[in-house]
Amino acid sequence: MPEILTLLMGYWTDFGDLIIEGTRDTLLMTFVATAFAYVLGIPLGVLLTVAAPGSLRPNRIISGMLGWVVNIGRSLPFVILIVVLIPVTRAIVGTSIGVPGAIVPLAIAATPFVARIIENSLAEIPAGVIQAAQSYGASLWQIITKVYLREALPAIVRSAAITTITVFGYTAIAGMVGAGGLGDIAIRYGYHRFQTDVLLVILVVIILLIQLIQMAFDIAVRRIDKRS
Amino acid sequence: MIEFIDVSKTFCPHAIKRLRTDARKSAATSDKAGGVASDAPNIEKTATDWVLRDINLTLEQGDVYGIIGVSGAGKSTLARCVNLLERPTLGQVIVDGQDITNFTGRDLLDLRAKIGIVFQDFNLFQQRSVLQNVTFPLEVRRDTKSARIARGKELLDLVGLSDKACSYPSQLSGGQQQRVSIARALANHPKYLLWDEATSALDTVTTNSILQLLREINRELSVTVLVITHEMSVIRKVCNKVAVIDEGRIVERGNVSDIFLAPKESITKELLAEVIISA
Repeated sequence: MPEILTLLMGYWTDFGDLIIEGTRDTLLMTFVATAFAYVLGIPLGVLLTVAAPGSLRPNRIISGMLGWVVNIGRSLPFVILIVVLIPVTRAIVGTSIGVPGAIVPLAIAATPFVARIIENSLAEIPAGVIQAAQSYGASLWQIITKVYLREALPAIVRSAAITTITVFGYTAIAGMVGAGGLGDIAIRYGYHRFQTDVLLVILVVIILLIQLIQMAFDIAVRRIDKRS
Repeated sequence: MIEFIDVSKTFCPHAIKRLRTDARKSAATSDKAGGVASDAPNIEKTATDWVLRDINLTLEQGDVYGIIGVSGAGKSTLARCVNLLERPTLGQVIVDGQDITNFTGRDLLDLRAKIGIVFQDFNLFQQRSVLQNVTFPLEVRRDTKSARIARGKELLDLVGLSDKACSYPSQLSGGQQQRVSIARALANHPKYLLWDEATSALDTVTTNSILQLLREINRELSVTVLVITHEMSVIRKVCNKVAVIDEGRIVERGNVSDIFLAPKESITKELLAEVIISA
């Protein structure tokens, strides 16, 4: 046992700062980008839902075009997107590198994903419940805010765990623009410099973080959902 | 009073489109001729799949009017034409002397707020407490919170669930859930109630107690009710008038006692046979 402890202590003095910094960068990128993706993705998902054929405000042009844009957004691999978006990123945050330079493409990449996930969550609400709301004189806006989003809240929070963890995965690629983060450290130290032990330590940290994130969302859903 | 005048409905979008253009054309030609527009001759060849066909029906104040028919006869569609969850393709629905058929926007929302509806599968809001469900129509109307709570408690008293205000729908039995949805339907003091197969998902004992509640609502709050059902026993227990609907048409109508004593159509006799056996 003591040997392992000394070994771990040694790692901590060598890589402790690196791991702390990487964790901070990864979490910062993950949560800020996910938050922005929801700010943009919720309205899009709602629009996809109410403009769909046979829905509350069917509009073939809006739903068709939006569907296309969302599908295009989801087709581009993130590695490509991060490069294509460099001018956009620079226009928004003033730089295309570092953590801020990674947050913009991460948020943009996650937005269409969130839009579809919101659309799916809203589709789970029985049509009869929406009809009931209509029957009691609720306007479109009231149906969206008081019924769709409220009834779908547990599903939305549950799906937010999926989005967050997906974005967490994307951040590994953000090292390409010098944003750092755990994934980047794993690639640079573990892969390029053949330091398998560093790779393993980073992997353990990533696994723990993902478990924690999933647990936090699970607890939140359990508290919110009134069906159980 | 609710009147249906020559109400017809088809779900075929192609037919609806052609009907509209035909109506516009005939209106244009009759304008020139100075006559009255008539789109009647074009209807039969345009749509063959009528869900409702030439429905004429009058609900007097205080009526509990039953519409009975087998599945797919068009009875639910008929009820939904009153609050425009479905819009008639042809004809008019008159509520309190006003033709509502083409209502949109604010008028439509106000109309719907005046008419309560109870569904077969309750359609409660799962993430809202019982009290929040019941007061939803008031929330939509932007009543103050204290007014909503006061009315909500009154309503829960009425349906015998005052101890369940803070429960959630998933914690209630089917019968209790339907009571909540009845309370919700009454929140706005509606003059009319649409009762769309509201007891079809419930067992006999629960059905009886819910129908008892419906009778009280009709008598004590003088709410006029349109009852949609496929069960003659429901008609016998609550309705004073009944119309039998088959393949989108009303085939027989009258006072419940008359229809029960002397049914004329074979479909009516068939629907009645079930009650006689169970009684």
